[in-house]
Amino acid sequence: MRLSTHIYRSIGSISGQLLFVRNVRQARIGEIVTVVAPDGGRLAGEVLQISERDVLVQLYGDTQGLDGLRTRVEFSDAVSTAPLSPEVIGRVFSGSFQPLDGLPAFLPEKWAPISGKPINPVARDVPHQFIETGISAIDVLNSLVRGQKLPVFSGSGLPTKELVGGILRHARLAEGGEFVVIFVALGLTFTEYAYYMDTLQRTESDFIGFINMAGDPVMERLLAPRFALTVAEYLAYEHGKNVLAVITDVTNYCDALREISNAREELPGRRGYPGYMYSDLASLFERAGRVRGLPGSVTILPVVNMPEDDITHPIPDLTGYITEGQIVLHRGLHRRDLFPPVDVLPSLSRLMQKGIGAGRTREDHRQLANLLYKNYARGRELKKLEAIIGRDGMSERDLLGLDFAAAFEEEFIHQGEASRSIGKSLDLGWSLLRRFGLDAGLGPPVQEKLGEEPSA
Amino acid sequence: MNGSITAISGSTVRTDLPGLKLYERVLVGHRRLTGEVVRLEAGRAVIHIYEDPHGLAVGEPVAGLDRQLTVDLGPGMLGRMYDGLQRPLQILEKLDGPFLRSGTVVTALDLEASWEASVAVNEGDRVGQHDCIAGVEEGQIVHRVRVPAGVEGRVGRLAASPLKLGEPFCLLDDGRALYLHHAWPVRVPRPFKRKLPPSRPVVTGQRVIDFLFPVARGGAVVIPGGFGAGKTILLQTIAKFADVDVVIYAGCGERGNEMSELIEDFRKMTDRAGARPLVERTVLVVNTSNMPVAAREASIYTAVTMGEYFRDLGLDVLLLADSLSRWAEALREISSSLEEMPGEEGYPTYLASRLAAFVERAGEVETLCGDRGSLTMILSASPPGEDFTEPVTQALLRTTGGLLMLDSSLAHARHFPAINWSLSYSVYDRELLPHFSEAAGEAWGRLRAFCRDILRREETLREIVEIVGMEGLQDADRLLMMTAEEIRDRFLGQNVFSDDAYSSPAHTLAAIDRIFARHQAVSDRLGGEQSLAEIIEELDKSGQAGNGRKRKEEP
Repeated sequence: MRLSTHIYRSIGSISGQLLFVRNVRQARIGEIVTVVAPDGGRLAGEVLQISERDVLVQLYGDTQGLDGLRTRVEFSDAVSTAPLSPEVIGRVFSGSFQPLDGLPAFLPEKWAPISGKPINPVARDVPHQFIETGISAIDVLNSLVRGQKLPVFSGSGLPTKELVGGILRHARLAEGGEFVVIFVALGLTFTEYAYYMDTLQRTESDFIGFINMAGDPVMERLLAPRFALTVAEYLAYEHGKNVLAVITDVTNYCDALREISNAREELPGRRGYPGYMYSDLASLFERAGRVRGLPGSVTILPVVNMPEDDITHPIPDLTGYITEGQIVLHRGLHRRDLFPPVDVLPSLSRLMQKGIGAGRTREDHRQLANLLYKNYARGRELKKLEAIIGRDGMSERDLLGLDFAAAFEEEFIHQGEASRSIGKSLDLGWSLLRRFGLDAGLGPPVQEKLGEEPSA
Repeated sequence: MNGSITAISGSTVRTDLPGLKLYERVLVGHRRLTGEVVRLEAGRAVIHIYEDPHGLAVGEPVAGLDRQLTVDLGPGMLGRMYDGLQRPLQILEKLDGPFLRSGTVVTALDLEASWEASVAVNEGDRVGQHDCIAGVEEGQIVHRVRVPAGVEGRVGRLAASPLKLGEPFCLLDDGRALYLHHAWPVRVPRPFKRKLPPSRPVVTGQRVIDFLFPVARGGAVVIPGGFGAGKTILLQTIAKFADVDVVIYAGCGERGNEMSELIEDFRKMTDRAGARPLVERTVLVVNTSNMPVAAREASIYTAVTMGEYFRDLGLDVLLLADSLSRWAEALREISSSLEEMPGEEGYPTYLASRLAAFVERAGEVETLCGDRGSLTMILSASPPGEDFTEPVTQALLRTTGGLLMLDSSLAHARHFPAINWSLSYSVYDRELLPHFSEAAGEAWGRLRAFCRDILRREETLREIVEIVGMEGLQDADRLLMMTAEEIRDRFLGQNVFSDDAYSSPAHTLAAIDRIFARHQAVSDRLGGEQSLAEIIEELDKSGQAGNGRKRKEEP
């Protein structure tokens, strides 16, 4: 640790958000620097590269007005850290952790590096506690558990914010207790921002906002999720909270990553995104989890806007390789005014098997999910056939499968704004199967309790 | 000699420390981060750091260790979870808590542990290289301790069992000390006497693999698949059921939760014989996606070297690596930080040759001591956007002997394992046929031909069905479609969460035989007065098909 701040005026060159400073002694990689412009404006930056001659600094903001002679660069001797305190709850911050709510800054209890440390895989506890979202397509077929990272794959114009808003309103821990919601807005438009803030303010649960709007500095989009997840880990593992971090929109994050990588003259990979994008996204999403012996959890719900609805685009593709499943929205369902338009076939929750069944949701859950999947997948196959040969050319059995798929979409997937309890969703699934004679003779153990005959 | 850091760029560091050798292991900075020399320039060495470099400053010291990246081999590896540099993660958790820190130094093996050993020599005996001088039992495995290459002499002093791992147990009269464990550089393949052609299978218990695309002992197979196609589940299932002595599972750039789930499952589950928990035959090498990238590159070498060690004990070893694409990406990141000229898709031009050299370390061999051991590789790849033409998948296809292609359309229809039966292949099927014919039944080859034929003809018919519908087909073709559906749903599909998760070769053969018998019975009656539906109804009633369907008991 140096005893004094090192200040340099030896700027070699400035190009975009990159600054070369000459003759710097003992700079650290990742060190935070402050650049003071001639007009007194202050700008933060980070040391990217140190060579024998000069130091390359990446600046986090607008570099207009800097000059080569009078601009001052202060080296802090420390890597980027986040101030932490339970007082962050209920506050709204910018992407660089400055208060946006007009309240004064809080007094930090401690500081932690924002890049975080990887959880030792041995210390991880396998997530298995069911989270009820109130949405049948998720709860029954793609169940979410505490400590999971489950993204929503969406497209422009699809009701993503309504779906995420619905989850925020209704999400309930099966064992009781509340979430602390951390809302990370990356390059959001005002309409979306207003919708989310309104939703959050109307929910009972505690929340923290990290807001970077569409017009805010691009570099902050890379910082905001790191600040947010550092706060999330602190609240989860030091204060035992169950944190749900909603990050929207990951596409904006990746575009910011590409923009900055390009400015650093790095080698572009697929569609211009840097080759390390997988590792970079993993350094965010892998921070979800639970630690053995500690009460809290970090659950991450990222939203990915798939350009051209293309699931093979590098952003959804790499995200899907990292996350534990995905909830995929479908434009065709949305056009038919079905909400939420979740396409359950490409959707998946990898941690579902551990979170469902007797003692978690209900004993018949797995059986029902398998039957619904099998029959719906068959129905969707038959739909293709119907498009070619028409209903008249199809057998009785095929027509039944076709009708089941339609009813499944309209009655099970579609639920409008209403929230359904897991029990209700499961019963609905069985009654649908039974109506079409597709329940394979398997029934829920609660059939009698329902006290109603499935309609023929 | 002293040296210090002169420049830093990401994880790449330049130092003025003289006397470093290429691929030498070094300690960098006050935190003593582990690194490897990747390039030597005039008066400078370029080092790649395996840990998080944040906060490293120019001027901090660099020290060479005068040895390459090595792994420590000996008793005590089984059941452990290591990172890519063979640091035991269970020990790191005890030392550092639940989060990984940089720069913690721990030994891979517990040097304080004592082992019961049977020493095979007496004081005064002459010993030469590769002589087996002691045996250490670890569960069902015997570590045979051998005299290192190039060493010979007379046994001076022997320690009494139990032997402490960290202390020499045998002193030669020239003063040289022999230990129960030894170090081996990860990038150097361990030697053997000769390689043997494939002749025995690794039975995975997965019907689609064992029956259609079998894996040979000593073979290498690639499993490419998009996300959600079930790559990891398939690999973990194979790790559970494969009939091998030791499983090395390398989680290379994958999810942390999956790794903790795997180890938890393996603790609870026992092997097929029910004798020991699976964890006792497994070594995990884990570098999750958020752990340092450079160590991810090293992790598969760490894993394969451990595999070769067990192979050299005369054991059958299975190396599962998930996924080689993440390894290749790490290679690409290192290459680009060295400012090397990129090849296809930014990967370095030596991607294919490195992969080939790695895969070539698989094989069934006669060891230096004349034992027979094997190292089989099942490697997954994660092609971006399910584009199987990308360089990593293609390079792997050229060097491996089998392709188990995962198909996300099958996965979406919840057909698991989602192995596409028309595009997958195994070059080992001919060599392994005699084995299966003997072990399961001589009908193996005939029924496999039947099964393949049905699936192939179904594919053609499917196109016709899409135009005219099932109703438009002739009875013989409709029967074929029905049999194909039966094969797909009841034979190729296998639910890992059910009792059907494992299917022995005999059971597999019986299952396909039932489908064949029924197909034959119906087919024989076609062409007469009766329609297909009537024949099936009559067969079901008369119980003839029922006879064919009677489940054969598991041996």
